[in-house]
Amino acid sequence: MKEVILIKLGEIVLKGLNRKNFEDRLIKSLKRRLHKIGRFEVRAAQSTITVTPLYDDADMDEAVSCVSKVFGIAAFSRACSVEKDIETIKKAAGEYLEERFSEIKSFKVESKRSDKKFPLTSPEISIEVGTYLADLYPDVEVDVHDPEAVVTVEIRDSAAYIHCGVIKGAGGIPIGTGGKAAILISGGIDSPVAAYMMAKRGIELTAIHFASPPYTSVRAEEKVAELLQRVGEYSGRLNMYTVPFTKLQEEIRDKCREEYSTIIMRRFMMMIAEKIASEHECQALITGESLGQVASQTIGAIACTDSACSMPVFRPLIGMDKEEIISISRKINTFEVSIRPYEDCCTVFTPKHPRTRPVLKNVIAEQDKIDYIPLIEEAVKNTRLTEL
Amino acid sequence: MKEIYLDNSATTKACGSAAAEALRIMTQCYGNPSSLHTKGLEAEHELKAAAKTIANAISASPEEIYFTSGGTESNNTAVFGAAKALCRRGKRIVTTAIEHSSVIESAAALEKEGFEVIYLKPDSSGRISPRQTEEAVTKETILVSIMLVNNETGAIQPVEEVRRIIKRSGAPALFHIDAVQGFMKMPVSVKKLGCDLLSISGHKIHAPKGVGALYVKSGTRIVPLHRGGEQQSKLRPGTEPLPLICAMAAAVRDYPDEREHITEINRCCRKRLSETEGIVINSDEQCLPYIINFSAPGIRSETMLHFLEEEGIYVSSGSACAKGHKSHVLTAMGLPPEITDSAVRLSFSDENTAEDIDIFTNRLKTGLRTLARSK
Repeated sequence: MKEVILIKLGEIVLKGLNRKNFEDRLIKSLKRRLHKIGRFEVRAAQSTITVTPLYDDADMDEAVSCVSKVFGIAAFSRACSVEKDIETIKKAAGEYLEERFSEIKSFKVESKRSDKKFPLTSPEISIEVGTYLADLYPDVEVDVHDPEAVVTVEIRDSAAYIHCGVIKGAGGIPIGTGGKAAILISGGIDSPVAAYMMAKRGIELTAIHFASPPYTSVRAEEKVAELLQRVGEYSGRLNMYTVPFTKLQEEIRDKCREEYSTIIMRRFMMMIAEKIASEHECQALITGESLGQVASQTIGAIACTDSACSMPVFRPLIGMDKEEIISISRKINTFEVSIRPYEDCCTVFTPKHPRTRPVLKNVIAEQDKIDYIPLIEEAVKNTRLTEL
Repeated sequence: MKEIYLDNSATTKACGSAAAEALRIMTQCYGNPSSLHTKGLEAEHELKAAAKTIANAISASPEEIYFTSGGTESNNTAVFGAAKALCRRGKRIVTTAIEHSSVIESAAALEKEGFEVIYLKPDSSGRISPRQTEEAVTKETILVSIMLVNNETGAIQPVEEVRRIIKRSGAPALFHIDAVQGFMKMPVSVKKLGCDLLSISGHKIHAPKGVGALYVKSGTRIVPLHRGGEQQSKLRPGTEPLPLICAMAAAVRDYPDEREHITEINRCCRKRLSETEGIVINSDEQCLPYIINFSAPGIRSETMLHFLEEEGIYVSSGSACAKGHKSHVLTAMGLPPEITDSAVRLSFSDENTAEDIDIFTNRLKTGLRTLARSK
């Protein structure tokens, strides 16, 4: 008897000729993530991926936690894998389900026989195993209509599997199948959630962070690195590019009208981010903006920001409420880090009354008071890479 | 780049003898003071000697010294311990709005348990007034907890007058003094102060972090926070952290004779700051010379702090950053937001020199020029 993880693929199975490509990506990310925990075999067959530990005392709890964070997986089960022999299956089911059966009052057995060479039909298997379990655990009743637990027996080409309960996977599609994009990350609650959401759609991430020392601190940067490590548990490891942004912010403060400062700052961020992103083969930018959340996130402001770059800008949170965003940030474990109170570059010189309906012409006129092109080039040139 | 450390009220560098003493105890005299064998006895002797050193420094006797993990634990033990011991005689606690959070938060927790807590407000100089105290201390008051020196401004509180007021009031109150910032930096004698409880900390006086003490006047009963063995008369059970305790005693023994030097540094720094345009000094001249709090209105504390740090100058932001809390001390003093948002605290040690102050003020002036909004 050996414990394995049976993985059901998500919407990948709807893909046509590309399906193989999606499956390969998924297997690759599974292998890479599981590698940190131990030696596992990852194999696809009959629209299921099986993760099998290659030694006896593998940490299956860790493996399950790891699998639960891999995109492209709709659902998975911890299962016990045994030889395809009905007596062996019965005995294994009895042993494997001992703990689970001590907690429940009723059960039923469902069987799937994809290996038609197996001598018993599915209903016959269910009856055999069900009777055995009912005799072994007299306190647990058979209830085919509303059971507390469903025991599944799967007879596949490779082996027979017994499991009890399906765990929801991370959903989405495998990382890398959606191309590559750069997330602009500040350290607040929203941007890590935005990163997570795009990673879920198969995007491989690169992160860009703007730092304005001494207005922002080293701790603010470390906070962003920690956020990215947590996002990385879903998206896979990512690189962080830190852009020195002080000079541009001081120029904006000294030369532009205060009510435009946020928009101009965001335009410069977009220009810089686009340059860095294209240097690293990214095809889009990602931000954590949500419509109407703050003055720089109105339709007018977003239009002015967007016109500063030509890459598409993904804003996965655009239609979400703060509460919804917070609940995702709690789920992916970034909330506690996000609320640490350090200044970030967006809060350094916030104007008292920012323009909520800026006119692009006026914004550009204000922006052009600064000789910004050399400053932007300098910022891009001095960008630092942190490998997380 | 020379390191100029002006944050000695946050913590200090451990002195050589304290570090050496900790190492000696860890590697040689490593016995458990409660063990019956000679290795334990040897450790017990060290513990007693350390208690004696600390006791001498505050004119107490060694049996009145209880070692803790630091100022926070000493303050918690004093406040909760006194409130629980005397809760049948009254429910009123008097403290100040400018205490360290380990006193304020303890008092606030007791408020939730049904105690009535009076938080005395300071005047604009950062001191509480004896008259206000007189009104606050009633016959039902069971605890008065006041700090000797405020950690943000250096303001010395009128604790001896408070003691007289408690006496006159006839209240059963225990008197606790948080002396963490004053210990070794001004005369601290429990006899003269007339307190029942007094908190001190090691790492503010060049001992390692993680050790402090609570003085409990003999005959005073307070309820312990921790339960366990028989150590320290059961008031603070648990194996005593002897390396830290002996290091603290070593730091007390070798504490530099620095007060004149600090006064000079303070005078020089105060002069430089008052000559600098755009600086408001929040600590008046009666404050303990170890601390100067000032503001540069228009420049956030955190920004100035990081700007100074770029030249190796370490200070403290009087208040946390804009996203966090404002300084409760400066706010209680009634100072306006432009002062509290831009407050910076300097705190000195014997290692600081007049030259350090010059370097600091020059860098400060550069900061005032470049960091302020130019409009």
